[in-house]
Amino acid sequence: MNTSTYVACLELSTGAVLVFALMTLWRRQVRAIVTMLRFQGVSLSVVAGVLAAHQHDLGLAITAAMVFVVKAIVVPELLARVARLDPHSRETTPLMNVPASLVSGAVLIVIAFAVSTSLTALAPTVPTRLVPIGVATVLVGYLMLVTRRRAVSQIVGLLIVDNGIGLATFLLTAGVPLVVELGSTLDVLLVVVVLRLLVTNVGHRLSSPDLDEMRELHD
Amino acid sequence: MLVLLTLFVPLVVGVVALAVPWRPWVGWLSAASSVSVLAFGIALCVKTTSGVAVVALRATYRADALSAFMVVIIGTVSVLATLQTSRVMAHETSPRHASTYVALMQAFITCMLSAVLTANLGILWVSIEATTIATTFLVSHHRTRKAFEASWKYVILCSVGIALAFLGTVLIYFAALHVGTASNATASLNWTSLMKVAPHLNHGVIRFAIALLVLGYGTKVGFAPMHSWLADAHGQSPAPVSALMSGVLLAVAFYALLRCKAIADAALGPAFPRALFLVVGLLSLIVAASLLIAQRDYKRMLAYSSVEHMGLLAVGAAAGSPLAIAAVLLHMLGHGLTKSVLFLSAGEISLAEGTTEIAGVKSLLARRPVLGALFGWGLLALVGLPPFSIFLSEFTMARAEIDQGLWWAVAICLVCVSLIFASITTHARHMLFGDGPRETSAPIAGVAVPLAGALGVCVVVGVSSWPLLSLLHAAAHVVAP
Repeated sequence: MNTSTYVACLELSTGAVLVFALMTLWRRQVRAIVTMLRFQGVSLSVVAGVLAAHQHDLGLAITAAMVFVVKAIVVPELLARVARLDPHSRETTPLMNVPASLVSGAVLIVIAFAVSTSLTALAPTVPTRLVPIGVATVLVGYLMLVTRRRAVSQIVGLLIVDNGIGLATFLLTAGVPLVVELGSTLDVLLVVVVLRLLVTNVGHRLSSPDLDEMRELHD
Repeated sequence: MLVLLTLFVPLVVGVVALAVPWRPWVGWLSAASSVSVLAFGIALCVKTTSGVAVVALRATYRADALSAFMVVIIGTVSVLATLQTSRVMAHETSPRHASTYVALMQAFITCMLSAVLTANLGILWVSIEATTIATTFLVSHHRTRKAFEASWKYVILCSVGIALAFLGTVLIYFAALHVGTASNATASLNWTSLMKVAPHLNHGVIRFAIALLVLGYGTKVGFAPMHSWLADAHGQSPAPVSALMSGVLLAVAFYALLRCKAIADAALGPAFPRALFLVVGLLSLIVAASLLIAQRDYKRMLAYSSVEHMGLLAVGAAAGSPLAIAAVLLHMLGHGLTKSVLFLSAGEISLAEGTTEIAGVKSLLARRPVLGALFGWGLLALVGLPPFSIFLSEFTMARAEIDQGLWWAVAICLVCVSLIFASITTHARHMLFGDGPRETSAPIAGVAVPLAGALGVCVVVGVSSWPLLSLLHAAAHVVAP
């Protein structure tokens, strides 16, 4: 792969991760949000794949395959099944409406670029220049997590945070050692399984997995 | 070998509990596994007090004096918690749930042991994240609406927090890759090799990293303002689970912070990490004091007191001298023992009285003298009265903090601790004193004897600090040279 194609591929796939994060803020239908998460998982595995091809790094190639299987296939499928239980479920009362959350998303992107200057200054290479996009994805995930009320959208928010961190990891260090990557991917998968079980359990008892009805514990 | 055995015993017992149908002996087996963890921990302490480290699996696992001390804390509290297994499970209707409970408890203990014994910051992160997964189902064990709500909040908040800690760990790795001008091929997440290169790490990156780590692991420790999961989770889970979570899980997460702080201290000098720890520590103390004043639920009261003690640990770690760190470690042990005594006796009280409201429990000392006495003495130990070990560690921490010029922080701590002392003793007075007919209840010697023993250990350590002195000294020097 020559350098300009490498840079173009890397920039495109990295940008796609952030765009899909923003699109989850835009869509209100829970099923559509899960689809965006799936596309984001695909983009993330492409980032890892492009880096692996450029650096001829076998460990990173394995990681890319693993990311694809877990974050583009298994996890979205698990969530899609929960979403299918209630096919027309929508974010009816998010704490912040769509235009406001998109504007906040833009502000968060600016903040991400501002706080990441120390990182880009240390090693001004092509991947490191793109790290602020990873940080921006983390922040957008947070926004999703705190402003949405449906259980599935909250899980998606958590996973966007996780994808953003994964993106930053690939861009900064070309991936942490394989054993750590394996452990963290497994943990993410388990967290989703745990949350899915909780959603279905809570769903049985509350008739809808809406977190507004979780108000029993307080001081 | 010793390190691997420590990890394998609880793991194997967990698998056995899943494989065989539930019988009471499985509960006793889990207690035996905790006793062996404690024994291995003591053996590790004996080996490492002189300053050598025991390694295993090509230095992926490594026990120095600090790790060995943490294994002892985990072992002690898990003995107290798992001794109650058969008792707790006697009320369980489904044998499958009992087996799952034992297996999850053992998995939880294994994850904590793996966290304190690993030398790799990445595996440390994976282990602490895995404790979240194991404990989620333990928190929702009672399968009530409230229990599910508590475990939902717990898993969402802690996963987000711990994700930040992952980013912090990656940033440390990134800084290690770029030591000097050339890319460093031998860089790893190994703590000892990171400590070697620490003075050359990039300041801006490490500052960012330690802030993320304090926020991230701090969520798991229960620092304010990330503490909101803590009271719900501790209030809803079965008593032995609360004891383990409050007594050791918080301490294990704090241990992770101590390791990270050592790297940041070496890279940046003490000022920046100290400021971070002071902010979260004092904030936690203030929040805990304000939430304890009007607390209506005694389990939540104990949970907020954990926030207070974690705050004290953070202020102690901020001082950072070897004396301060030794006091912090002693405080972890004292708090772990005292808090598990309190959570286990609170579990018995709520079982007998049918409520966790402070207003619903009256004249406990007259009606149930054994339980009342355990709970009362436990609270006295918790608020830091001599001769219990929390008094000694709080006093030593204050001294070390003043030595470091942090007298203003000590003053704030003192105000908060006195406020908390007043609120807890007021709540205790409502619950314990008054007249009432003595109630006949099931024999509780199985609970009372180990708990009284634990309080006894607190007194022995508090009076003589024997036999811990040289061990604490060695452990403190690991992270505070």
